[in-house]
Amino acid sequence: MQTSSDEVLIARIASGDRLAMQVLYARHHVRVYRFVLRLVRNEATAEDLISEVFLDVWRQAGKFEGRSAVSTWMLSIARFKALSALRRKPEDELDDEAAEAIEDHADDPEVTLAKKDKGSALRQCLAGLSVEHREVVDLVYYHEKSVEEVAKIVGIPEATVKTRMFYARKRLSELLKQHGIDRGWP
Amino acid sequence: MSRNTQDAPQSDIEALLPWHAAGSLSRRDAQRVEDALKRDPELARRYERVREELAETIHLNETLGAPSARAMESLFAKIDAEPARKTATAGGGLGLRMAAFFASFSPRTLAYAGAVAVLAIVLQAGLIGGLLFKETSGGGYRTASAPSTDPGVGAFTLIRFAPQATSDDINRFLSDNKLSIVAGPMPGGLYKVRVGMAAMPKADLAEVVKKLQQDKTIGFIAATQ
Repeated sequence: MQTSSDEVLIARIASGDRLAMQVLYARHHVRVYRFVLRLVRNEATAEDLISEVFLDVWRQAGKFEGRSAVSTWMLSIARFKALSALRRKPEDELDDEAAEAIEDHADDPEVTLAKKDKGSALRQCLAGLSVEHREVVDLVYYHEKSVEEVAKIVGIPEATVKTRMFYARKRLSELLKQHGIDRGWP
Repeated sequence: MSRNTQDAPQSDIEALLPWHAAGSLSRRDAQRVEDALKRDPELARRYERVREELAETIHLNETLGAPSARAMESLFAKIDAEPARKTATAGGGLGLRMAAFFASFSPRTLAYAGAVAVLAIVLQAGLIGGLLFKETSGGGYRTASAPSTDPGVGAFTLIRFAPQATSDDINRFLSDNKLSIVAGPMPGGLYKVRVGMAAMPKADLAEVVKKLQQDKTIGFIAATQ
């Protein structure tokens, strides 16, 4: 239902309707922000990027062909901008952040408590996945995108989407094992 | 290969488990997965792990917060600084907006839309043609209260048919529910479909939408004016 009205909004935005842009922004900005934030791991950068994403939507609404849902189109734009921002970041800054996401908790003497709170451990490990794995996990589990939609957003074949999700889950199990939780797989 | 050391999904069904948990599979695939889960306890156990991951991914994302008002202020400051659009102004009619969209279509999309439009026209030809024949063959005049074929009169929905729906499916759906396509395809493969010959109260139209939504032929449906 919402997908249809998103398309109506895009048609109005294409004709310069600022109010339609506000409605679309209100409807999607939180999810787009979270998607970007999970990739760039910096709130200020994520805020700057969503502003750029929606500005692109404003500028390119007339070119939207409806081959995918509006949310899929916006996440494609967001992903492109997030990865471009990551490429611009100094390498050492990225490494520090990635390490922080995993090691902060892994070295914690309280790690054994994670066994008592599997959910918390899972969230820590989800945060420790690589960018490539994080994005596919988020797109499938949080943004509820189909195989076909993930393929469009990430720009890979559908079969690769399935295998990438499989390896992301496998890596998640490995990280959990490092946290002392053996799920029996892989 | 041991199931505890696998390097690839055991089956296509296993690879689909994350999408099944998220509810983003087609009905056909969802049914395949459901059937397999009933047959295979090990697969069902793995599915429980997927459900845990799903729950915690949602939890993690929901704790990320939301952007500050700064992001929106920055966006609309940039939009206000953009040059005015040359196309129709806000509030322009559907025709203008559709014209703007069709003008921006790629040749491939236009070809696709054209093919779908031909299908819709063929489907409508029988329905509307039959209706017109009935209305005009009974004596050469109509009363003011006779059902109107005016495309602007009635109760309407916007429909996108499911990608897997065949022309027979669409024909059956339109015929069984006494519907007619009055416009389309619009951007996104949407059609404006008349669901009643007279305007309906909003609640009644919502009920009709709810009922039609159950049909497998429907991809998306929403009430419209």
